Amino acid sequence: MKNAKSIAVGAAMLCGVFTASVASAATTLESVKEKGHLQCGVTSGLPGFSQPDDKGNWTGIDVDTCRAVAAAIFGDAKAVEFTPLTAKERFTALQSGEIDMLSRNTTWTLTRDASLGLNFAGVNYYDGQGFLVNKGIGVDDATQLDGATVCIQAGTTTELNLSDYFRAKGMEYKPIVFDTSEQTVQGFASGRCDVLTSDRSQLAALRSKLSDPDSAKILPNTISKEPLGPVVRQGDDQWFNIVKWVLSVQINAEELGVTSANVDDMLKSDNPNIQRLLGTDGDMGAKLGLPADFGAKAIKQVGNYGEMYDRNVGPDTPLGLERGINALWTEGGVMYAPPVR
Amino acid sequence: MKKQTFDSKPAGPKPWYDPRVRAIFFQVVAIALVFWGGWVLIDNTLSNMESRGISTGFGFLDESAGFGIIMSLVPYDATMSYGRTFWVGLTNTLLVSAMGVVTATILGFIIGVARLSSNWLVAKVSLAYIEVIRNIPLLLQIFFWYFAVLSSLPSPRQSVDVGGAFFLNNRGLYVPEPVTQDGFGLVWGGILAAIAAVIGIRIWAKRRQLATGAIFPTFKVGVGILFLVPIMSYFLAGQPLEWDLPALKGFNFGGGISIIPELAALWIALSLYTASFIAEIVRSGILSVSKGQTEASKALGLPNGLTLRLVVIPQAMRVIIPPLTSQYLNLVKNSSLATAIGYPDLVAVFMGTTLNQTGQAVEVVAITMAVYLTISLLISLFMNIYNRAVAIKER
Repeated sequence: MKNAKSIAVGAAMLCGVFTASVASAATTLESVKEKGHLQCGVTSGLPGFSQPDDKGNWTGIDVDTCRAVAAAIFGDAKAVEFTPLTAKERFTALQSGEIDMLSRNTTWTLTRDASLGLNFAGVNYYDGQGFLVNKGIGVDDATQLDGATVCIQAGTTTELNLSDYFRAKGMEYKPIVFDTSEQTVQGFASGRCDVLTSDRSQLAALRSKLSDPDSAKILPNTISKEPLGPVVRQGDDQWFNIVKWVLSVQINAEELGVTSANVDDMLKSDNPNIQRLLGTDGDMGAKLGLPADFGAKAIKQVGNYGEMYDRNVGPDTPLGLERGINALWTEGGVMYAPPVR
Repeated sequence: MKKQTFDSKPAGPKPWYDPRVRAIFFQVVAIALVFWGGWVLIDNTLSNMESRGISTGFGFLDESAGFGIIMSLVPYDATMSYGRTFWVGLTNTLLVSAMGVVTATILGFIIGVARLSSNWLVAKVSLAYIEVIRNIPLLLQIFFWYFAVLSSLPSPRQSVDVGGAFFLNNRGLYVPEPVTQDGFGLVWGGILAAIAAVIGIRIWAKRRQLATGAIFPTFKVGVGILFLVPIMSYFLAGQPLEWDLPALKGFNFGGGISIIPELAALWIALSLYTASFIAEIVRSGILSVSKGQTEASKALGLPNGLTLRLVVIPQAMRVIIPPLTSQYLNLVKNSSLATAIGYPDLVAVFMGTTLNQTGQAVEVVAITMAVYLTISLLISLFMNIYNRAVAIKER
């Protein structure tokens, strides 16, 4: 009887363990605060978006998007730890709770939004898919690519767009699918492929990695829309709002002329829009569960959207990308954030 | 009356002191706990996925895939379903595994025997091969063959051209494809007839040898029949075969059969790597046969080749088969490294692209694991059947 009793006790304990795991954990904000840092999923190395330097410091526009969220929560843009992920790993890492947010040049599509249990919290770069070709094959336009061998990275929307594009044009192609962007470039450089396809912002960076960048050129065609942005898990609206509004605050800050350099002076501004943005008026922070000055901290430490862009991918960086459609709506682009009020 | 004597017996132990009752009780409890634990895990996963809005179920297998795959043994294009991508990946995995098993076995046996050769050079070269190859990680070897060797081949326009029919370049090896015409059925009939004839001759020759001791040159006659009969039927049917020659069209070669470098690199690396292990297994098997067996065979006047083939190898097989099975299983599982060089195997296509486009990780990973488990169990089953055939018969 003693044995049966101990079994029963054991069973009850097991029961406890399982039911405990069934019960949902604390909110994402609470668990992030408890950890003391934000866990952010990024690429394993894509210049301008997320790349570690020789000292292990991560830089890039996707990295800055994470840093702004950390600055808003902790008042410290350095309270972030980065998890490098391949395109294949990224959604599982977010779904399983290994990371708190994903900021890994990820395209916003209906399927991903609706069936992966994820929410896209805005767009930090509007991109489109293009082609990088070897000059030797004598191609000036993507419509001449019938029969080409194409290097692609696995698990991207690129794979699907490519297939759609060639099918729509009645052309054939041979896809060589690699796991990482390094392998993709290596495959292209070794001559295994005639064409490398990826988002246009990446093509410039990948081309610069070739031993002879002049041997390759980017075709003028853009074959898809690729709105890239941060992603969070579904089911935690507070966290979704935080990530969404930190990015919106950065875009609004550029529109209102608030920069990391002048943010301290702007705290004295009597423009009500700026007051709400920086938390000197209203309780915008409290509505999100954040300190009142979350916007001021994020802008002070990371900068507004324009600063983030110029620092990482703008004309003065090795990528040298013009603002184009990523300019503010007031300047002919599509960057338009809802108002902070 | 009987009942009374039964009743008057001293009462047995109470049920909970009865060891048999206890044993059954605890086994039932253990099984119930295992099932309950499994159910809780599944239920927990499903409810968590539902609460996070992750779609579940296997409905995605019927959705259109929409991505291209470079190589497929079953008909495939991007308009087909995710379910079809599974078959494409599975057949590609089976193809490279089967090719690898065959070449690794042949190479492994040759090197294993050479390792024991009395020729110093042959023995040491085999030793060097084994020690170098089996001590370098397989992934590095795959990268070596893919990025260092095969990528350094010329581009399609500068292909190595053999007689205008065979082309080798960094996109693969292109060989002519035989296209059968009407009347080729006669050739198939000839091939089947030749095989049947050879089997018949073999049986007859063995019986004759047992009865009279006279040896019939089965091998030479067999080879002759296997070549002559199909060739004769080919000409009789009016040469019903045409060749589809590969030719440069635009960027790449079209027509013919192509062996893509991803397949070649993976096949070479898997074969060489596994062969080094098989060689050691073969060596241990041969050494396990007692020296007296060889000496007895020599004393009977059998030459070296026959001693090896008729006396040593059959006994060595008993030692070789079980570890050889493990090597086959390793080879199949190692073929999943294909994903590193872009060969479209099950892991790359199904657990890679399909998983990522649908996001249904749990279902896709479960299917993939079940497939590898099934393949491995089937290999074990067949190897065990074979093992039973060669094992020592206890009479």
